[in-house]
Amino acid sequence: MSDHEYQPKSKVGKWFNDRLPLLTLGAHLTDYPTPKNLNYWWTFGGILTFCLITQIITGIVLAMHYVAHADLAFGSVEHIMRNVNYGWLIRYIHSNGASMFFLAVYIHIFRSLFYGSYKSPREIIWILGLLIYLLMMAAAFLGYVLPWGQMSFWGATVITNLFSAIPLVGESITTWLWGAYSVDNPTLNRFFSLHYLFPFLILGLVVLHIWALHIPGNNNPVGIDIKKPSKDTVPFHPYITIKDAFALLMFMIIFAGFVFFSPNVLGHSDNYIPANPMVTPAHIVPEWYLLPFYAILRSVPDKLGGVILMFSAIFILFVLPWLDTSKVRSAVFRPIYRQFFWILVIDVLMLGYVGAMPAEGIYLVLARVGTVYYFLHFIVVLPVVGLLEKTDPVPMSISEPVMTGGAETSLARKINEKI
Amino acid sequence: MKKFRKKTFYLILTIFLSFNHLNSAEMTEPIKVNWSFKGITGKFDRASLQRGFQVYKEVCASCHSMQYLSYRNLGEPGGPEFSEEEVKAIAASFEVTDGPDSQGEMFTRPGRPSDMFVSPHPNKEAAAAANGGAYPPDMSVLVKARKGGANYIYSVLVGYEDPPPGVKLDQGVYYNKYMIGNKIKMPNNLEDGLVEYADGTASTVDQMAKDVTTFLAWAAEPELEERHKLGVKVLIYLILLTILVYLSMRKIWSRIDSKM
Amino acid sequence: MSKEEKKVNRRDFLFTATYTVGAVGLGAVIWPMIDQMNPDKAQKALATTEVDISQIEPGNSITVLWRGKPVFLKRRTPDEIAEARAVNMDDLPDPQRDEERVKEGKDEWLVMLGVCTHLGCVPLKDKGDYNGWFCPCHGSHYDVSGRIRKGPAPTNMEIPKFEFVDNNTIKIG
Repeated sequence: MSDHEYQPKSKVGKWFNDRLPLLTLGAHLTDYPTPKNLNYWWTFGGILTFCLITQIITGIVLAMHYVAHADLAFGSVEHIMRNVNYGWLIRYIHSNGASMFFLAVYIHIFRSLFYGSYKSPREIIWILGLLIYLLMMAAAFLGYVLPWGQMSFWGATVITNLFSAIPLVGESITTWLWGAYSVDNPTLNRFFSLHYLFPFLILGLVVLHIWALHIPGNNNPVGIDIKKPSKDTVPFHPYITIKDAFALLMFMIIFAGFVFFSPNVLGHSDNYIPANPMVTPAHIVPEWYLLPFYAILRSVPDKLGGVILMFSAIFILFVLPWLDTSKVRSAVFRPIYRQFFWILVIDVLMLGYVGAMPAEGIYLVLARVGTVYYFLHFIVVLPVVGLLEKTDPVPMSISEPVMTGGAETSLARKINEKI
Repeated sequence: MKKFRKKTFYLILTIFLSFNHLNSAEMTEPIKVNWSFKGITGKFDRASLQRGFQVYKEVCASCHSMQYLSYRNLGEPGGPEFSEEEVKAIAASFEVTDGPDSQGEMFTRPGRPSDMFVSPHPNKEAAAAANGGAYPPDMSVLVKARKGGANYIYSVLVGYEDPPPGVKLDQGVYYNKYMIGNKIKMPNNLEDGLVEYADGTASTVDQMAKDVTTFLAWAAEPELEERHKLGVKVLIYLILLTILVYLSMRKIWSRIDSKM
Repeated sequence: MSKEEKKVNRRDFLFTATYTVGAVGLGAVIWPMIDQMNPDKAQKALATTEVDISQIEPGNSITVLWRGKPVFLKRRTPDEIAEARAVNMDDLPDPQRDEERVKEGKDEWLVMLGVCTHLGCVPLKDKGDYNGWFCPCHGSHYDVSGRIRKGPAPTNMEIPKFEFVDNNTIKIG
């Protein structure tokens, strides 16, 4: 990177930049050499940044009108929907924005899994990303409680009760979380406070995530290290910015479709019933993006066991870079891993599906099979396949997909087709 | 990565189909009505909204509250759009409790457009006590609060039947084939000719059910028409910008691709 | 113009169009975020206030709340009215005749927003050099008609829209 050589042209610019090198930062972000073969799966980083900013802005606006009190919260949301200028628009962007955020983050994560973006030297990026994901789930859960509908209340009850599974101190912890002897007004108040805090923590982690990314630079579909800058790279602006913008607009079209034409389809109708501590809704389901974990939780007939397994399902991802033993990053050149990748995708989708179903009969069986496979994939499949798999030859550079062992043009063509 | 894309497409399709499947559990599927407010350009039928308000006022309002609506809403664009005078007259026909006055006493006065809809009971407990222990739910967002929405509300209103043989009903419980569990504590309040519509429409049970459901759909989503209108504009704008950005992208990347 | 130049022009036009359309959209998105802070529909439709004035003796006043602001209702004595009307217009920073500030035939009733036109404090009654109101924040003196006489306030205290429903009731708003 040629950051150090950057010098502002104007005198004022130089004076400022010597004291606070914002212009150097700007130049770095503009010129940042990016692999030129990034496909559209790489645009979700930009899309996620958009999602975060959108959630923060609409959230700050909503907080200007929302009242975090058990007796008034539901009514204040209705006030936003009915009286506040554009209140309905802002609230629907915020509530559907959460779903769009998770949709994007799941694609982002699975892209990383497919192309091996979590592998050395990008482990820290991966771990920061997982922390962001964890905070996102927490923020989404806290936010879902705020309208104080039936699903808010009972979702809060169920999730906080997870902590009661902890031996000895569990009960004390849940009471401490509630600030009462059940989910009540103190709970709502602190959830609002934390829901306001978390997005800014996420923003901080995102800065670190991008910083950590800019040290080794982007991975790419071929998964090889590239020289930067070289003819394999393009400057971030305008090449990547315009591509990101295009993908973002496509994403926004889908987003707008939800916001304007079916704003409640991703939510649950029971949440338009005010919270009632005396009656539990017939089917409690979390929002769709938490369903796979919900399925894992319910697949274990033991309270503590279920909770441990559910958290393990997330925490196992933190050691993923060391579980994967393969030297080759991209699944493009890993014929066996590629199969298992798709099995994992189907497995997670199936877990999501059974998570929405009643925990009985065939659904319970499927949940258990899915859970076992989920862990098998990370603990057994990844290390073993990495060791045994015969990978396809990897090209030397992006622009010259020529093999080390001679000019195998047919293979080169094959690779080009794949990318 | 054509393969990757294709597979993903099918996966996404599968998820959506399976979520559709989720919605169809447990009760008799509600009757599908071709509401005027469906679809991306859907609008409410003004006349039906006004009739629906009449049904609400004369039939529902004696038990059900609608505490998040104000009388002024009845005159706002996208709703029943009563004239200003009509809204004032409607509001004035209700006794509103106000106060305290300078003596510290609560007093009643005729309603004003800015007042919220007067509830038939002072609180939930009183409402339940007056209705055999079952609280008649607030109807402000009822359509959004029920799976199946407007179709479901309409179906329940027209779904009263004699119980099939073998089904025993307690005192004050009625059989309704669209209700979850088929048992409902609200009696069948609609009968042909119950209200006299000002516009001369025949007040059949079906007509009244449709009208009042339309009214409730508006009450739950008073922003619907504005939302649809703005949504169409936003989509047109986004598609236009997407095309422009796509063309710009092609131009910019042609500098690289031509060198390859 | 050479072919090359034409090509460049067309490309420039495309980029300019894209930027322009994008900027228009951004502006359109900002508006709802600003407008949401304006008074909402419920605020705009806020009720009028009706006041029972049968208990007010001449020379006394009451204060009621309307749209979150105090409204002074003063029943003036004939002396006070005479005093207000005797003022020379040239002595007033914001010249306005007392007759313009009350309803015809109801001269004794002064109904005005009890908000100092300087920076919004509530003036104290029966204080100041002009027998009317005095704002303690920055020392504005108002006379018995609520007109500014001395101090930093630029204009007279505002008269809200009001009407007499009957002899004993005033409706403000």
